[in-house]
Amino acid sequence: MLTLLGVAVIVLGFALRFNPLLVVIAAAMTSGLAAGLSPTEVLAAFGKAFNTNRYVSAAWLVLPAIGVLERAGLKEQARRTIQGLKGASAGRILLAYLALRQIAAALGLTQAAGQAQTVRPLLAPMAEAAAEPLADDARQRVRAMSAATDNVGLFFGEDIFLAIGSILLIVGFLDQSGITVEPLALSVWAIPTAVCAFVVHGARLLLFDRRLAKTRDAA
Amino acid sequence: MIGLPLVYLLAGLMFAAFAGLSAADRDNAKRFGNAAFWGLFAVSFLFGDRLGDLGNGVLALLLAVIAGAGRLGLGAPRTTTDETREALATRHGPRLFIPALVIPVMVLAGSLVLKRLTIHGAPLADPKQATLISLAFAAIVAAILASVMFRQPPSAPIQEGRRLMDLVGWAALLPQMLAALGAVFALAGVGKSVGELAVMITPVDSRFAAVAAYCVGMAAFTAMMGNAFAAFPVMTGGIALPLVIGRFHGDPAVVCAIGMLSGFCGTLLTPLAANFNLVPAALLRLKDRYAVIRAQAPTAFVMLALNVALMNLLAFHR
Repeated sequence: MLTLLGVAVIVLGFALRFNPLLVVIAAAMTSGLAAGLSPTEVLAAFGKAFNTNRYVSAAWLVLPAIGVLERAGLKEQARRTIQGLKGASAGRILLAYLALRQIAAALGLTQAAGQAQTVRPLLAPMAEAAAEPLADDARQRVRAMSAATDNVGLFFGEDIFLAIGSILLIVGFLDQSGITVEPLALSVWAIPTAVCAFVVHGARLLLFDRRLAKTRDAA
Repeated sequence: MIGLPLVYLLAGLMFAAFAGLSAADRDNAKRFGNAAFWGLFAVSFLFGDRLGDLGNGVLALLLAVIAGAGRLGLGAPRTTTDETREALATRHGPRLFIPALVIPVMVLAGSLVLKRLTIHGAPLADPKQATLISLAFAAIVAAILASVMFRQPPSAPIQEGRRLMDLVGWAALLPQMLAALGAVFALAGVGKSVGELAVMITPVDSRFAAVAAYCVGMAAFTAMMGNAFAAFPVMTGGIALPLVIGRFHGDPAVVCAIGMLSGFCGTLLTPLAANFNLVPAALLRLKDRYAVIRAQAPTAFVMLALNVALMNLLAFHR
């Protein structure tokens, strides 16, 4: 049970806003030492896993392309596209994106969009443009909601796809426990939650429009 | 065979270039901190397999110390002004979207086609890594295409990449560090302890309570671990298999599908899911590190409640 101290270190460290990289190392040390490992053993175990997980950071290869496009005016062009659209609002744009993202993820296209390649250069500027004029506070909220919408769309869409990691994990785990389920059965039962997520987050997005309008009237 | 080593080589070269340009960037007061940070990142990608486990551990520790000591600043590569960008947007118009669309299209095509291509019977690319390999190539093609189409200077991809990378800063490394933490936690048996704890406090005589404990447990444990994959075997083995499925005869497919999605509600709530929750806050220059989590929280809590209700409704056929 002492190994749980590592989790406590994480919770406290993040809550007190220490640098997360240091918090992570401290948490690994705490749990490792509590489990009876020596400091060098913990550091070696951490280093080994750090090295095998490099693929997580390889996705940053996409930044140069996004940067060049921003330099050439991509964000500005994204804003213009929206400004030429009648009836566009931040909430409606995000709602349309939510639907697209969920459907794409359900078809297995989880990598077709993302925070670096879609939200920063396209979605957030579009949502902002549709909500102008924006005070600084409201602008921050529009950006945060754009990022949130990408996550919600991804999470509650991907499990409808048969060959996604989480479905395969479930099939494998149940198989070990002597229960056979078809991937298709799992993905079908992900649909009710996906529909609920669209309704819940979609409703929040439309309410978000109203809130933005209110702060605009007050200003 | 094309595989992760090639992707790592590309990433290593990119971070090495970021490091070199950071060191030469006199407008950044902390330029040597940035150079050391991206330089070590490059070393990890280029030589990680030769450093040994302890060497890699020391490297990760150094990266954390540089970031924790506040030695990372913002590089200031020469870029276009807002006015120039408006003018460029007028000139190029919707053509600007073309390279941006090349990325998803190539990733899709690549992940479908790469798996099937063979040379003399051997696969051309590692089928398990098809998506990541496609992403790496798509990113390079898009960067070159954008530079040529919009007549950008040759240094633009690397300099602009560095500008964005500095904006993300230490958060860029956090997802990988958390994955490593997950491995140490597994080694130390943290998951087992949490599972035992969860089983201890789960009421065994009410179906609704067992379902609620499983869903909430998945969300809470996922929030603690940063991803639902770590939580799933522990919570399902501890609560779902013996109680929800074993005792109350829940349909395993429904229980597990909705259980996993309950875990995703936890992912929306935790800073430990760094690439979803903290990295975008850095990319979008949000003042509050946790602003994205705040924006997601209401959706996450409502969805968790709905998952409990759905599991109760759908998992028990009789």
